[in-house]
Amino acid sequence: MRRLSPPRTMLLVALALLVAPIAHAIAPTRMPTPALQARYERLIHGFRCMQCQDESLANSPVSLAADMRRQIRQMLLAGDSDRQIRHFFVSRYGYFILFKPPFVLKTAWLWLAPGVLLVTGAVSAGWVIRRRAALAAADENDEDVPGEDGVASPGKHTR
Amino acid sequence: MIPELGNFALILALLLAAVQAFFGIAGPALGRERWIAAVTPAVAGQFVMVATSMGCLVASFVANDFSVLYVAHNSNSALPLFYRIAGVWGAHSGSLLLWIFLLNCWTVAAAFGTARLPREFSARVMGVLGTVSLGFLLYTVITSDPFLRVIPPWPDGAGLNPILQDPGLAIHPPMLYTGYVGLSVAFAFAGAALLEGKLDREWARWARPWTTAAWAFLTCGIALGSWWAYYTLGWGGFWFWDPVENASFMPWLMATALIHSLAVTEKRGLFKSWTLLLAVLAFSLSLVGTFLVRSGVLISVHSFVASPGRGEFLLTFLIIMIGAALALYAWRAPMLKSESGFELTARESFLLFNNILLVTACGTVFAGEIAPIVSLALGLGKLSVGPPYFDPTFLMSMLPLLALLPLGIHARWKRGGLGGRGRILLIALAAAAVIGCAVAFGVFTGAGVLSPVGMTLGAWIIISSLIEPIDRLRRRISMSRSVLGMTIAHIGLGIFVFAITAVQAFTAEQDVALRSGMIARDGGYTFQFQGTEAVHGPNYGGVKARIIVTRNGKPVTVMYPAKRTYWVQHIVTTHSAIFINDGSNILVALGQDLGNGRWSFRLQVRPLVLYIWIAALIMAGGGLLALTDKRYRIEPSSAEEAAKALSAGGRTP
Repeated sequence: MRRLSPPRTMLLVALALLVAPIAHAIAPTRMPTPALQARYERLIHGFRCMQCQDESLANSPVSLAADMRRQIRQMLLAGDSDRQIRHFFVSRYGYFILFKPPFVLKTAWLWLAPGVLLVTGAVSAGWVIRRRAALAAADENDEDVPGEDGVASPGKHTR
Repeated sequence: MIPELGNFALILALLLAAVQAFFGIAGPALGRERWIAAVTPAVAGQFVMVATSMGCLVASFVANDFSVLYVAHNSNSALPLFYRIAGVWGAHSGSLLLWIFLLNCWTVAAAFGTARLPREFSARVMGVLGTVSLGFLLYTVITSDPFLRVIPPWPDGAGLNPILQDPGLAIHPPMLYTGYVGLSVAFAFAGAALLEGKLDREWARWARPWTTAAWAFLTCGIALGSWWAYYTLGWGGFWFWDPVENASFMPWLMATALIHSLAVTEKRGLFKSWTLLLAVLAFSLSLVGTFLVRSGVLISVHSFVASPGRGEFLLTFLIIMIGAALALYAWRAPMLKSESGFELTARESFLLFNNILLVTACGTVFAGEIAPIVSLALGLGKLSVGPPYFDPTFLMSMLPLLALLPLGIHARWKRGGLGGRGRILLIALAAAAVIGCAVAFGVFTGAGVLSPVGMTLGAWIIISSLIEPIDRLRRRISMSRSVLGMTIAHIGLGIFVFAITAVQAFTAEQDVALRSGMIARDGGYTFQFQGTEAVHGPNYGGVKARIIVTRNGKPVTVMYPAKRTYWVQHIVTTHSAIFINDGSNILVALGQDLGNGRWSFRLQVRPLVLYIWIAALIMAGGGLLALTDKRYRIEPSSAEEAAKALSAGGRTP
């Protein structure tokens, strides 16, 4: 493998940076107040980079992401609310840009799914335990079931 | 010649898989002794053929045979030998072959492991494994032959995807696949029980070590993937609820539930059909995961093998396989009844909660995983589901799980109660709360509500796991390896919870732009940029920065974050510099050249982050220890001894 001279190397690196950026650590942005800075950070973490595989604006080095960060910065400085900024981007790019799916009719199932699952699980558990407890109460055999490796736990039998 | 040999071996393996599947399932069903006897040779033959095929592909990579299209696409003469071998699973066809190879390794292991079990049962296990293998071999031979030639041969290969040219990611796929594929053994045990229509406590004892082994590999595989993401993606994240991460996490959650459900089935003969369902679902999710990753329907930072179009075959196979298993389940499961009871506070109840919470968590991840696809189908357009969805919904089922764990491990079977451990558990909780609050508010600053809660739970799990071993030591009672393994795995989980809470709450992170000589401060450390220099590798060039790190004026270390450009593909990869100091990981990632000697950097100081991966290894280690318990060693059965005595006395022709 032939070695390339350092200037040529640097040139290739620079070229490669232009064509295939999957590298990160973006150029920093400073907002005038800590409150604005915090809002800025939160916002750029919540938007998807429209050019990368699966990364937020906070982690994307591509120029489109830089433009969008600049836009967010300008809107924040102009006094727009987070809601207005989100609306601005959603109206241009669709819900795809939000890492937090919206709660609308067609996504309600997604937000309700965890709760429904948990409630269903809890209800079935209650049902199973009731049935099993009734069986246990009817069970005359009162001997202790030893632990995992046959060693009984210490202490009294508590019922 | 070698590639053709590999292809031929693959086709022979396909035929042998069909033999194994047919005789393994039909033999016991029709009671044909000779059919059953044909299963083991088919297993051995298939293994030899698949291993030959794998060997041929490796040989083609090692020999830089660029007349093989797959090699030409995924290797290059400048690639070091280690990565030429890793190139075998660098893309779609080869990783399928690896999948099949690992499946055959597990099958052979299972053939040895079940040799002393009833012949019919062993044959059925092999039959189910043969069916899985048959499906994947058909898929490979028809749609994704890795041995296709290209004429004329390429002068040189296109090179391996640079993100794979990293030791962590090179061994990550085999490790993860070992776990994925290992779940097929648990699935085959479930399939055999369903085909037989019989499931007893013995069955659970046979199935447990296989499930635990697959789970341990899966744990390591996920941890490796997350470690890789942490240090190469350049932003210091280790989990992004990325679709590919989720695809491996869902089977893990199911396998974890299965391990706990199997404990009840073995100990009390309960939850039989539920255990079978979990075994079917865990393996199905690993198939779905493979499909989701392969089909390219999801967008991911990890996807290096997307190949749309090939997804349809896999989807069809998936529907047939899972559909058949579920149909068999629906038919047989109602026959599996048990009339044992248990009280509300019994161990069984806690393990039931464990299962429900883990399955809920898995369902939550699944909902988020398929939401983008459903959204398209509903005409809502593309949808992203990221951490803002997964974080809170996942916590919703994980927090109760963690809170119940210390009670569950001390609850007694059947009659319930804590066996006099209630007081000491309360004391442990108090101690954990003191530790949690002290660390959250004392050692670090700016803690939210969740961090003391998370740390308290983590500490409580660790302390309460120690009660039993200490008590056993005092009473001079030995501990079986399975209990010890369980204890270690739970302590690993406690460490994990503690560490991840610290990381989430107390990471100091910022992006800075520095000119040579300038300094930046982050997380109590001072970083001075001292310019960049070029680096040269065998198949890449790049640039690295020199950063001097000090704290309170005292030197800590010198760090060299780098970026590499791989010549062949013109792809840049980030290689963050990481230094561990006082339990914190200092990470510096080199960003962009901003011109005029200015470079952007990401500086990140993360406390305890290393313990996330250490904890995962502890968990996996606990699992591996548990499966060496002598309880799982199968003694020669009386039937086998009788057969031996018979053959010693002279065999009838």
